[in-house]
Amino acid sequence: MAVTAPGTKLDARALRSDFPIFEQEMHGKPLAYLDSANSSQKPRQVLEAVDRFYETSYANVHRAVHLLGERATAGLEHARERVRALLNAPDVREIIFVRNATEALNLVAYSWGLNNLGPGDAVVVTELEHHSNFVPWQYIAGRQGAEFLMVAIDENGDPDLSQLDAIARDHNVKVVATNLVSNSLGTIHDLAPLVSWAHAQGAIFVCDAAQAAPHMRVDVQAIGADFVAISGHKMCAPSGIGALWGRGELLQSMEPFLLGGHMINAVRVDKTTWGELPHKFEAGTSPIAEAVGLGAAVDYLEAIGLEAIEAHEHELAAYALGRLAEVPGITLYGPPAERRAGVVSFNMEGIHPHDVAQILDLQGVAIRAGHHCCQPLMHKLGVAATNRASFYLYTIPDEIDQLVDGLHAVRKVFA
Amino acid sequence: MSDPGLESLYREVILDHYKNPRGHGVIENADAEAEGQNPLCGDEVSVYVAFDEDGETIDDVKFSGRGCAISQAATSMLMEMTKGRTAHEVATLDKDELLAEIGVPLTPVRLKCAMLGLTTLKVALHKAKGTPLPDGLAGFDDLELT
Repeated sequence: MAVTAPGTKLDARALRSDFPIFEQEMHGKPLAYLDSANSSQKPRQVLEAVDRFYETSYANVHRAVHLLGERATAGLEHARERVRALLNAPDVREIIFVRNATEALNLVAYSWGLNNLGPGDAVVVTELEHHSNFVPWQYIAGRQGAEFLMVAIDENGDPDLSQLDAIARDHNVKVVATNLVSNSLGTIHDLAPLVSWAHAQGAIFVCDAAQAAPHMRVDVQAIGADFVAISGHKMCAPSGIGALWGRGELLQSMEPFLLGGHMINAVRVDKTTWGELPHKFEAGTSPIAEAVGLGAAVDYLEAIGLEAIEAHEHELAAYALGRLAEVPGITLYGPPAERRAGVVSFNMEGIHPHDVAQILDLQGVAIRAGHHCCQPLMHKLGVAATNRASFYLYTIPDEIDQLVDGLHAVRKVFA
Repeated sequence: MSDPGLESLYREVILDHYKNPRGHGVIENADAEAEGQNPLCGDEVSVYVAFDEDGETIDDVKFSGRGCAISQAATSMLMEMTKGRTAHEVATLDKDELLAEIGVPLTPVRLKCAMLGLTTLKVALHKAKGTPLPDGLAGFDDLELT
């Protein structure tokens, strides 16, 4: 692969050859994969790391005395350390392996929420949340008799922070949960004001970084969050593995989420005691090889440089916004290129996104069409759905050109 | 499922129904109505039914809503297919009859779009006449079917 030195641009054309998926055509056309915000493709380095692990080191972890068990445990724990380093977490025991960011956020909502939320308390989210950081809080707040509040977005698509004073006056805010990068608009949020407001209320700050971690440096200490959730599948790792980082003292104080094997200290008929961190939150056999794949993905991303990836995506977003604006009847949503990750949401006048996406597919262009698990936001925009093209380190401008050509063909069908 | 080519999927009759939907509108004080949504892509369809004096034959049926070409065209075709039939006939209408009318191969995702109108119409008839619920919804009687 092409390793980039710090501060230099990445070479997407060279990196692309790391991804076997691009070695095929779709409907007889070159594949323009513009759906990376949905899930990313996997480089050979990650696929080979998973294969190698299965072929040489696989066994169950943490409970086998044999050599393979030792190797497997070392592989899993090495991956945990790689995730800790990526997120600049203070302690490796604060990294909990889960299936994905959704499970991480459910873990916090259940384990923290069920013991800390009650009548008179409030949970605050924003209108830009993915359902994964919205629905669990709505549900747990409802179950506990707490209030569930949503900060609306302003005309720029940013959370309208002028609502915070009124919320603080009337509510005992215990949780503030927001994303760092919006999956549907691509907006990169400035979390600092919300974090300090949350802590001033005595609330915990829960950050959904699923859409941020693949594309930019996420430093849990710099953010000042209490919990941060990521999904491996969006950042070149296999599906089925993600991570939750939480402040050690909070994780220590919490009850477990899932119960069963591995997460215990001692089991008696009258009482069971919980294992140490991180095991208390990792009941059952972990997605071991998937975690090893996540560790390899972190190595891959760090070798390229997250700063270089972020710069590449800003460049692509600017190019895409310019090219898409040439298409008659198009509406573009979201902030200017410099404030967005590689995500562009748009609509074509009079043509439903499903039809746009289907016609594009026949031309080898893969995009997402739908509500992007953001129904409150779609409601605000006054649409049922949007088209979303999203980019990653392997995206090249030719794919955006292929998208624009495809959109002209869509218009011809519906002319 | 065969590969739906551009020309076949968006064949003229689909685009014609999409652009000039039959039975598009609202029946005030309808004898039966229901609202259906396809959460996958945000298609929305409301259907309204007025019965003949016999209380069984569909005298008029209309729909409103918004969605992709497949969902809207399929519902438009359904309006033409069901007017004049009885509630019971429509409740047991085989989905293949509608698929034959649509006449293009659909991927599993688009099949949901195509079936939205028929499912919603069957729910409306179920609420008004107690006819059987469509496949997949049977047994969910206690669900709040809007």
